[in-house]
Amino acid sequence: MSAADTRRVSSGRAGWLLVQRDLRLGLRRPGDWLQPLLFFLVVTTLFPLATDPQLSRLRDIAPGALWVAALLSSLLALELLFRDDGQDGSLEQLAVSGLPLSWLLLAKTCVHWLLTGLPLVLVAPIVATALGAPYAAIPGILAALLLGSVALSLIGAIGAGLTLGLRRGGVLLALLVLPLAVPVLIFGARATALAIALEPMAAPMYLLGALAVLSATLAPFAAAAAVRISLE
Amino acid sequence: MNWTWFHRLGSPPHFFRIAGKMVPWLAWLAAIAGAAGLVGALGTAPPDYQQGEGYRIIFVHVPSAVLSTLAYAVMAAAAAVGLVWRMNVAHAIAASSAAVGAWFTFVALATGSLWGRPMWGTYWEWDPRLTSELVLLFLYLGYMGLRSAIDDTARADRASAVLALVGVINLPIIHYSVDWWNSLHQGHTLLKFGKASMPPSMLVPLLLMMLAFMLYFAAVLLVRARGEVLRRERNARWVIEAIGAR
Amino acid sequence: MLHWLSMGGYWPYVWPSYALTLCAVVLNIVLARRALRAAEGEARRRALTQRSDT
Repeated sequence: MSAADTRRVSSGRAGWLLVQRDLRLGLRRPGDWLQPLLFFLVVTTLFPLATDPQLSRLRDIAPGALWVAALLSSLLALELLFRDDGQDGSLEQLAVSGLPLSWLLLAKTCVHWLLTGLPLVLVAPIVATALGAPYAAIPGILAALLLGSVALSLIGAIGAGLTLGLRRGGVLLALLVLPLAVPVLIFGARATALAIALEPMAAPMYLLGALAVLSATLAPFAAAAAVRISLE
Repeated sequence: MNWTWFHRLGSPPHFFRIAGKMVPWLAWLAAIAGAAGLVGALGTAPPDYQQGEGYRIIFVHVPSAVLSTLAYAVMAAAAAVGLVWRMNVAHAIAASSAAVGAWFTFVALATGSLWGRPMWGTYWEWDPRLTSELVLLFLYLGYMGLRSAIDDTARADRASAVLALVGVINLPIIHYSVDWWNSLHQGHTLLKFGKASMPPSMLVPLLLMMLAFMLYFAAVLLVRARGEVLRRERNARWVIEAIGAR
Repeated sequence: MLHWLSMGGYWPYVWPSYALTLCAVVLNIVLARRALRAAEGEARRRALTQRSDT
């Protein structure tokens, strides 16, 4: 897409086109999004191996294990968000297209979440059950991970924008994003723990929802600023 | 509102000169306040009803913790000014604030841990205040890590500025979430010391120590910032004249 | 006097706290001044080389 073409396109349409493009490209390379999923599965398997295989004991650490594994897996996946487009110049094209970069990056982050965050959510019931969670807890666990993974992808986009093109970018990305992800971790793990205990989980869910909404509205602007700075 | 002082301070040669003049004043005032505070902290303040002489750690722990958060606020404010007005001086101040802030976050953690030991029996109890300080330390280290990973000073300035602003928005959320998390798992005594319930003989030394730390922070910040400004302005004419004049 | 030094028994916590704080205070002063001196030195060197170029 040249700059001349995009000027005739509305932001909404451009966003939709970008979503389609990213989805098509992402699905062409299954390794890119399968590997974070695999990582999630492996890490959650490590917990019973490292502690106690008794389901009753695992149930206690299940919320922590699920969320730490989800957090680490999403960090791994974040490197891919802007990497390819940054390297081949497409990101630069988006930045100079005249369309709101924050909107375009929101579109990219959405696709990224569909490919790397959503699989974690879909696989969570299996993993949670393997860690001793009761079946009745599954809907609650799904809801919490859904909101949490969305927030993580959005916050992570800021880190990905800041570390674009840097050597050691991956580790630095983790160091930048993890402190910012602490609230998501706290509320998400708490919601999951309440779900597993079959207790009402409304309070942390509201807070988690608030975080998801807040990141959806603010993070794209910060990410756009970060990307512009990195592309200079 | 006359904003010339703002723009004048943002002018590097002006800042370099004025900061240089301010540092000795700030340093001496800090030393005096600190000496007076220490007299109270280690001497005239009476022992605490519950903690005996052990509570005296508060006179270094609280000012350190306050400094650590103040430094972050200054860093974020300077970063915002630097981004919006594209001011080298502001970016220099932001960069200078980070190192001092990180050090005193560490001091706050260490003194808090030492204070907790006689109270809790262990050196660490995931107290909400200390846990928030720990996350703050990670935020500082991330900021400094990002700066050091970017070779180009201008890009480093602007990227870390965005990070500082994102961090400062996140700080109250992080603090709230840690408090919330901690309130669910009660049991141990909190590392609190109600300032409202403090008698003047304790409060005055504490305020003096906080004042001393603030003045000290300003002095050290300006010293560092002058060096940072020189580095950013290395090709400017005023630098040659300013160096020659010393 | 002994009571003051032992801080009512809390001396292993109180004195290290103050010592650590003092170290941090001194360290930051030293580091800041060193950074400023290094920047000044570099500026001086650049000024000299520029002058010798003309």
